[in-house]
Amino acid sequence: MKATLSIQRGALGEAPRHDAFDIPFEHGQSILDGLRAIRRSMDPSLAFRFSCINANACKECMMLIDGKVDYACTVRLKEGMTTLAPLPKKALIRDLVTEIAPPDERLMSRS
Amino acid sequence: MTSSPPVISVPIHLESDVLVVGAGGAGMYAALEAAKGGASVILADRSLIGRGGATVMAQMTVAAALGEQTPDHWEHHFADTLAAGRGLCDERLAALLCEDGPQRLREMDAWKVGWAREDGHIKQAQAPGHDRPRCAYVDFLSTGPAVSKTLRTQLNNASGIRRIGDLSIVDIALRDGEACGATALHLPTGQTVTLAAKAVIIATGGLTGLYRRNSASSNMGGDGYALALRAGADLIDMEFVQFFPIGHLAPRLVGMDPIMWDPFRYKLGGKLLNSEMREFEMDYATKDARSDGTYKLTRDLATYAITKEVEAGRGSPAGGAYLSFQHVPEAEIRKAFGPVVDRLAENGIDLAQRPVEVAPIAHYHMGGIRVDEMMQTGVPGLYACGEAVGGANGANRLSGNAITEAFVFGARAGRSAAERAKQGASMWTADAAQPTLDLLRSASKRDAPNPAAIIVKLQAVMADDVGPFRTDVKLRSAISAIAQLKADIGNTPFASAKAFDPVLADWLDLRNMLAVAQSVAVPALARTESRGAHQRDDHLGLDEAWSVNQIVTVSDGDITLRKVMPTTGKAAA
Repeated sequence: MKATLSIQRGALGEAPRHDAFDIPFEHGQSILDGLRAIRRSMDPSLAFRFSCINANACKECMMLIDGKVDYACTVRLKEGMTTLAPLPKKALIRDLVTEIAPPDERLMSRS
Repeated sequence: MTSSPPVISVPIHLESDVLVVGAGGAGMYAALEAAKGGASVILADRSLIGRGGATVMAQMTVAAALGEQTPDHWEHHFADTLAAGRGLCDERLAALLCEDGPQRLREMDAWKVGWAREDGHIKQAQAPGHDRPRCAYVDFLSTGPAVSKTLRTQLNNASGIRRIGDLSIVDIALRDGEACGATALHLPTGQTVTLAAKAVIIATGGLTGLYRRNSASSNMGGDGYALALRAGADLIDMEFVQFFPIGHLAPRLVGMDPIMWDPFRYKLGGKLLNSEMREFEMDYATKDARSDGTYKLTRDLATYAITKEVEAGRGSPAGGAYLSFQHVPEAEIRKAFGPVVDRLAENGIDLAQRPVEVAPIAHYHMGGIRVDEMMQTGVPGLYACGEAVGGANGANRLSGNAITEAFVFGARAGRSAAERAKQGASMWTADAAQPTLDLLRSASKRDAPNPAAIIVKLQAVMADDVGPFRTDVKLRSAISAIAQLKADIGNTPFASAKAFDPVLADWLDLRNMLAVAQSVAVPALARTESRGAHQRDDHLGLDEAWSVNQIVTVSDGDITLRKVMPTTGKAAA
């Protein structure tokens, strides 16, 4: 089976672009599996957050999946196109990475 | 092809009495205790605070002689810990773990972690290798998340602790051989950061991310071991990597930790079957007097049993064993695991109908940074705690001891570091950060191998040749493969962007992972016997002459090994 991930790219202040990646997948694999496969075999500069990989414990891989806020580690890959974008209400850092830490756990934004 | 360095050249400078590196269970506990001891604390994590690391992933149990389920004494827990460690435990550290464990679990109880209760007392389950029910937990499979959340709440309420996420510590800063702080990379901005501290605590967890199949967070590549090694500290027992025997293998399961099946076995039994649908654990039980006749193999023996069944052609289709709960009535499964049953159903798993497939998975590292009973390394000012510490569990860890050691060693390290901070002035000098700042400044965009792919290669080398079953040939092949990968990444970091650059992060990870991989493979080659989690197919059986710990140090980039007798005698309370 083949999935296409269309991913919004770019850092804060850059014009967003969309890159599409075709990836082979097996039934049951997650969007996060697909993103990690893209980094391994196509583009290691693709930025996204994740820590626990599979357990849905760290809650870091939240993003916009086909327009809906969800976890990349629990949504399954599907045949055809899936669009991925950073969380719309969080400050963009780069690609799918946004500023999701509470303000008092950041280096910069202490008031 | 090179372009200008992406890293901003003027570092941000921060100061505190105590710097804690890593915000899992051990790091959070260390920060709380250091603050309680009057120190100003920076708690840094490369991920988000209290989200990464192993603690949040633990869906299992926490061992301590609480005596709630049945009368118990810490010395019984100590005896079981030493027996599991097969002669190699640092008795001072093991005693500390067992003696202070109950106090820490009660503290967590007072902080409302929510240990499961039964008839008004904390419920304690019987886990393999324990002589009685000793393991507390939080229902349903929520131990790790509950522990993390409880500690995060305590951090929120504490004063004197500054938490900084997305901050990756690259090197410990040294002055005259003493730790005086650290140099870091702020991932979202690519900004370098220097941190002055009178004491530094490494709480970065283990190294299971070095393996293809592992139950760790992505950031568990052993970076703390590499930080300690480069700072001049000793590592101990690095050859002992624990494989969790029944890690989930098939069908593909998302949204759950692959080590989730242990609590199912405690509560419901559960049968390990080979491809002939025959139970095989007992075939291996007689190899160890402690496991004889109980069906409760310790982790090293169960890993051995499953691997040998697969080798004999009796494995499940995906290459493991079946784990079956088909003998358990559906209502009982529902009663024991409530909402988890629905999450399994979403993954197409119905335990009453069909078995799942399981196989050994890299889970925990017994080895680590060598410390004294105050958690101080041989480098003054440098401390370690949690899984990053080696020695307490010897050649094999008893289930339930990992979270306990996170609490106990974390608290102890925090207290020790605060003590040191009280006594001394800051040793900080900007020169101490210079070598690391130079390294980060040299990072460049260029035609270079894909570091994410190199990490996958390393994981394959470690899984295939430095897994639970080892030979001289495999280990030598691994050591030369690791050397080749080292040459592939070179001494100049790869980079791709300024903000949140996964290429630079992977390169820095590889710098650590390759040093740590070598620190595992080299002592594994030297240890020509089989003991606990280190099994040599070419040197079967335990050899009394090898009842010693191996110490790894690095000088001028070369690893050196030496042997020491295991530390005996109880720690001062």
